[in-house]
Amino acid sequence: MTGRTARDVRACPDCLRRTWLLGRLAGHLDPVRDRIDPLLELGDDELIAAVAGARVDEVAGEYRTVDVAAARGHCAEAGLEAVCRCHPSYPDRLRDLVAPPAVLHVVGGVDRLAELIASEPVAVVGARQASPYGLEIAAGLGRGLGCAGVTVISGMARGIDSAAHRGVLGVEGETVAVLAGGAERAYPASARGLHRRIPQRGALVSELGPGTATRRWMFLARNRIIAALSAMTVVVQGRAASGALVTARRAGELGRLVGAVPGPVTSRLSAGPHELLRGGAQLVQGAQDVLDGLFGADAPALPDRRRAALSPQLSALLEAIADGHEVSAACARAGLDVDSGLAGLASLELGGWLRRGPGGRFSVAV
Amino acid sequence: MLAYVTTFAIDGVQPRQVWVEVDIRSGLPTFTIVGLGDTAVRESRDRIRAAILNSGFKFPDGRITANLAPASLRKAGPGFDAAVALALLAASGEVPRDGLDRYAVFGELSLGGELRDSPGALAVAEGARRAGCARLIVPSQRAREAALVEHLEIVAVSSLRAAAAVLSGGEPPPLPASRRATPRPREAMDLADVRGQDAPLRALQIAAAGGHNLLMEGAPGTGKTMLARRLPSILPGLERAEAIEVTRIHSVAGVHADGLIEARPFRAPHHTITASGLAGGGSPPRPGEASLAHLGVLFLDELSEFQRPALDALRQPLEDGSVTIVRGQRALRFPTRFMLVGATNPCPCGFAGVDERCTCGEADLRRHQRRLSGPLLDRMDLLVDVRRPADDELRAPPRCTSAAALARVVAARERQLRRLEGTAARCNGEMDVGTVRACVRLDARAEAELGRAYAVGLLSARGRHRVVRVARTIADLEGHDRVRQEDMLLALSLRQRSGVEAMVLS
Repeated sequence: MTGRTARDVRACPDCLRRTWLLGRLAGHLDPVRDRIDPLLELGDDELIAAVAGARVDEVAGEYRTVDVAAARGHCAEAGLEAVCRCHPSYPDRLRDLVAPPAVLHVVGGVDRLAELIASEPVAVVGARQASPYGLEIAAGLGRGLGCAGVTVISGMARGIDSAAHRGVLGVEGETVAVLAGGAERAYPASARGLHRRIPQRGALVSELGPGTATRRWMFLARNRIIAALSAMTVVVQGRAASGALVTARRAGELGRLVGAVPGPVTSRLSAGPHELLRGGAQLVQGAQDVLDGLFGADAPALPDRRRAALSPQLSALLEAIADGHEVSAACARAGLDVDSGLAGLASLELGGWLRRGPGGRFSVAV
Repeated sequence: MLAYVTTFAIDGVQPRQVWVEVDIRSGLPTFTIVGLGDTAVRESRDRIRAAILNSGFKFPDGRITANLAPASLRKAGPGFDAAVALALLAASGEVPRDGLDRYAVFGELSLGGELRDSPGALAVAEGARRAGCARLIVPSQRAREAALVEHLEIVAVSSLRAAAAVLSGGEPPPLPASRRATPRPREAMDLADVRGQDAPLRALQIAAAGGHNLLMEGAPGTGKTMLARRLPSILPGLERAEAIEVTRIHSVAGVHADGLIEARPFRAPHHTITASGLAGGGSPPRPGEASLAHLGVLFLDELSEFQRPALDALRQPLEDGSVTIVRGQRALRFPTRFMLVGATNPCPCGFAGVDERCTCGEADLRRHQRRLSGPLLDRMDLLVDVRRPADDELRAPPRCTSAAALARVVAARERQLRRLEGTAARCNGEMDVGTVRACVRLDARAEAELGRAYAVGLLSARGRHRVVRVARTIADLEGHDRVRQEDMLLALSLRQRSGVEAMVLS
């Protein structure tokens, strides 16, 4: 073993054995994933006894002879650094969990991860099947928080998660993705680009070791890491029984702040955030709300929107679009003909006031 | 006895001279046609025999050999019937052989001896003039079309008997008048029929003025097709040479009725069309919709529903202005300089950006975008969103008429022609990067807006080039020598966007 891997894999044999065990039992845990939290709180021997079924002896035998050095080697080969819960550089926030992950596998560096989550990171999570509205809001939160120097944590899933990561990367902010399976592989495959770009400015984190295939219980286990790592969890869109809602509840139980972005009452995707709001979650209409919630009076102000600097026509045009008028109606309200109206909209878009979604619909930038 | 008659084969849209030689000598009665003909040519023996007998002529006894020279050229279709029949009559002495070399003959025969309507008469007439023939015998249905060629006397006949009478020294019958009572019905489509739709109307004008390809995005039933159909009404009329070019293509394809086509073509193929239907092909090769839209508008409704190979087949036509089809050892060229107008729903369900009815997720939007993207989208300079007009707009008077818009378009095109003198481009839409650099000047504020759009990531390098071309056209419509800030902003608002990526990434 080289000195380099010894330095980078800061994990004790017990914790590496635990990680091996989770990978070994991955298939056994899937059918009982509705009880995943209490199961993960069990010790190694109890866990084997609880889920291995007929293979208890076989797994227990293998468990006693795990090659810890090989596990370290696998991490190093996959380009992962690792840190276990017995090590001082393990993130303190995770120790709030009853069952903190034994080992965190990190692409991008353990020390870098510590820097990223040192102040007040914010989780932005939500539905995979998000609507254009949700995607726009998630990307907007990512941009705003990224600009304010706040690390955004999410799960790199399709939909809201990816949009939030992309928003942060778009303004060269810092973001951490907590993955369900091995951190060295892009899951879902459509997030290959994010998987490549995130470690350049942030980090990819997972509980499971390299080479572990993704299974459904891992998403639930992953959610607890997102909730614990973040100072605040914001849910953008999600149905009543969604994973995002589970994450938010975990965050609440851990004493973290919870925020929710309201949506149209007609959409099922609004059910999750609205339920959270009813339960006392903070109302989030934009990145500034998140910053205010985190830092109170000391909150950094996002770059001033300088509405006063806009000409009266552009101001009127922006108001009309904000009120939900169509392009032609908005131009008419601002007293502009089609040419000046379209030019004005382009000008507002260039200035970052408006954004254009699918179907050419303008929305006010968040 | 031996006799010769000149006729023409149609090779793509070009005529190729064919000499019909008929030899009759004594022997067992047989009738063979040689010279690389297809089934229709082989079957013409039976048509010719019946037509000659039913016209009251004697069908010669003996060994008849007809040769279509050059023997290496593949000949297809029934258009050689009349030429073979007349050569046969000349060889058997039923009509005089003297002076036959001044004639070219074209047309299909019926069993009763009538000359049938045959596609491609204009191309044949052009070939006859080029070959130095003095007179061309064509079916009377095609007379006006063939008569478009100057310095060639057209003999329009309706039967083999009448053709033989002319060859025997009779007076040719007068040319028939046009059958069409109301010419150019498409001109009846006017922008004045459109209510509301300010932005799409503006985009149509810009597209027409600069020859820019246009993509319209909008929910079902918002009027995309209605708008596209009115684009030819604001395009400058065809010059005579152009009109003849269009007529020749349509005549060869057999989709043209009569006389000269004066309106710009508008073709709207259904989205189930195949690659060869769109770009041309088949055996013998026929012009596709892209060629039928030559010098006009090719409208692809439901762009995302077209098969990928069909859209890919448009790549060469869009880039080169022509399509080349290779068959055997020969390559045929069909001209394809058209304006492309596409229409598409913004998302699979069609309601993205309209209201919360849209049920499409990010993955659906991505898939939709992927179906659209590619070489075709690269060629679309303009993108405009078409919305349902508001109630008060529907009741308002029309915003503009085609006549007024056409006048502005013509003026803008003249400015472009002057500026683009000495370059390969004829309009702003045809400018390449070098031409844009040489010919387009932006004022300082327009330059600043363009730089800002590029810096914030709203534009790719290629998108930037497209926006400059469109801005130049807008300035031409306004009569500005330099592209000004408002021209640039308008061009930016009508820029091609790449949906989801633009939404999430930037």
